Amino acid sequence: MLKDAFSATIKYMQIMDENGNIDQQLMPHDLDEKRLVEFYKMMNLARNLDAKALSLQRQGKLATYAPLVGEEATQIGSAMAMGEKDFAVPSFRQHGVYIARGLTLEQFFVYWRGYEEGASIDKKLNMTPVIVPVSTQMPHAAGIAFAKKYMKEDSAVVAYVGDGGTSEGDFYEAINFAGVFKVPLVVIIENNGWAISMPRSEQTAAATLAQKAIAAGIDSIQVDGNDVLAVYKATKDAIKSAKEGKPYVIECLTYRLGMHTTSDDPAKYREDAEVEAWKKRDPILRLGNYLRQKGLWDDSMESSMMDEQLRSIDQALEKAEQFKPNPDSIFENVYSFMSEALEEQMKNADYSNYWQ
Amino acid sequence: MAMLNMVQAINNALDLLMAEDRNVVLLGEDIGKDGGVFRVTDGLIEKYSKDRVIDTPLAESSIIGASIGMAIAGLKPIPEIQFAGFMYLGYSQIVNHAARYRSRTRSNVTLPMVIRTPVSGGVKTLEHHSESPEAEYSHVGGLVVVEPSTPYDAKGLLTSAVHGKDPVLFLEPTKLYRLFKQEVPEEMFEVPIGKANVLREGDDLTIITYGTMVNVVEKALEKKPGVSAEVVDLRTINPLDEETIVESSRKTGKVMIVHEAPLSFGVGAEVSAIISEKAIYEIDAPIMRVTSPSLPYPMPGYENYYIPNEKKVLEAIDELLKM
Repeated sequence: MLKDAFSATIKYMQIMDENGNIDQQLMPHDLDEKRLVEFYKMMNLARNLDAKALSLQRQGKLATYAPLVGEEATQIGSAMAMGEKDFAVPSFRQHGVYIARGLTLEQFFVYWRGYEEGASIDKKLNMTPVIVPVSTQMPHAAGIAFAKKYMKEDSAVVAYVGDGGTSEGDFYEAINFAGVFKVPLVVIIENNGWAISMPRSEQTAAATLAQKAIAAGIDSIQVDGNDVLAVYKATKDAIKSAKEGKPYVIECLTYRLGMHTTSDDPAKYREDAEVEAWKKRDPILRLGNYLRQKGLWDDSMESSMMDEQLRSIDQALEKAEQFKPNPDSIFENVYSFMSEALEEQMKNADYSNYWQ
Repeated sequence: MAMLNMVQAINNALDLLMAEDRNVVLLGEDIGKDGGVFRVTDGLIEKYSKDRVIDTPLAESSIIGASIGMAIAGLKPIPEIQFAGFMYLGYSQIVNHAARYRSRTRSNVTLPMVIRTPVSGGVKTLEHHSESPEAEYSHVGGLVVVEPSTPYDAKGLLTSAVHGKDPVLFLEPTKLYRLFKQEVPEEMFEVPIGKANVLREGDDLTIITYGTMVNVVEKALEKKPGVSAEVVDLRTINPLDEETIVESSRKTGKVMIVHEAPLSFGVGAEVSAIISEKAIYEIDAPIMRVTSPSLPYPMPGYENYYIPNEKKVLEAIDELLKM
């Protein structure tokens, strides 16, 4: 005997196409005009902040930095779909998620200028700090979701991973754990096409990344990651499902318009033509065109928004530049206690010996 | 002879090793088309094809684990882990298997493979890009751990490592990749594993160091022309060159160990224990350690408060010579 043991399909969702046409059947009902303008402003803030960070890094005022440009719809659409009680577990490129959920721009700069104080996030904001080793945050997300369920909190966890990150064991282990324990976990795969120099097509033989969820026994969908409406709706629906005991994976198809980090030179491995083609699918332009067509946005609103955002970014940077590092803090925050060894080392540390 | 920096010297060693033995293969993240994030493998994919310079998916455990499988089956893999801080995702494979296969099978199955990875800090980068984990891997047993401090040694030690029969962790200090150039022979040559290098001879004190700190110690000593220091560059962390360590300690009677890795349970502790066991009656001052504090490596804003520098070494020399 030979018969089908199992079969599955992966759906793809787009609500707003590249010309700003809306699929009215899929349009989320809770999105009024005011909210769309809010999305637009937040996506712009993320991009403006990103551009500032990039230019500061080039001036030597920031450590290595991982730009988000091009991925605003994925980050803002998903973050805006979360409630205050939901919990975000970003990776290292989700600056948009952080600021949309209330991280101050000043703290963003403190972190990327190279200080742990920037990773000490107000617990009320319900999110973990930047995690650098790829995919290692994923099991944490599953664990946080387990705890939320255990404590009967009305909260889902939204975790972020890149296309490359889905190759790591930690990714599979996390979604498998989530499936087994039916925890409220939503995974956003921010598929930006490139893991440093490796294109998505060479990262895995799987046709979609969303289908990886099938092996874990959980639901998934692929969405246009440059369509903020599709990302919003998918995340909103997934959070509802996750809270009902059905974890969810959302693959967002977007594009890394910039470099992997400021240490990277994409000219070495990818064609300009590909980048140019994706620039035409810019998520901010797409929403902006729609808002203009609807009469919700115009040039003067654009220029006053830009002025306001650039001013607040500069003010935040000014404050962040006034941050004075406290060298004792590297000793004082290792344990709940001060060990004899550390106490002696701290006492003998003569910071004037250092060149800072 | 050619003037090469450490990146070029390692690239040249890999090139010669691949030309010599078609069973040598490289694998890792971004090592092919991108030439490695530090360009160490630049140009090799063009020369040896993507069958031998393999861009892998982003998954460290499979990079190490598959290398073990390749070695079992007769290849000589040289996996690259992009940063030592990411190697923990392959830690189980290294510690549970690479380190144990020979003893597990009573030398029936051996694993000739060389894991290359950048280590140590001082280059202002993100979390997990600056660790100095040599003691952790040396503690396990079964892994040879090598760390060059010059382009010449990098080429010679890597060649020995690949020619050898053991799994080797080849630690490349990021800070030294492009810090200076040196004359390096164009042909293949070996620098023996397990032999320290006496960089300069002296009578007043012995400074035992390796990796990023070799340069720091040398710079410090340039400011102390009156001090006759013997400087030992360990080059191999496991196995340690006990003979050179003990002989130099006996000769000068005063020993300082300088490393970038944290103080506690580190290489300095092991070296110090060896001297205590074999030469305690012949030294005349406490053994001194100049290292980073016993902490996780901080973010870049704090790293200059963490890594030992010339000034710290100079003060320690004064203190030791007063004893």
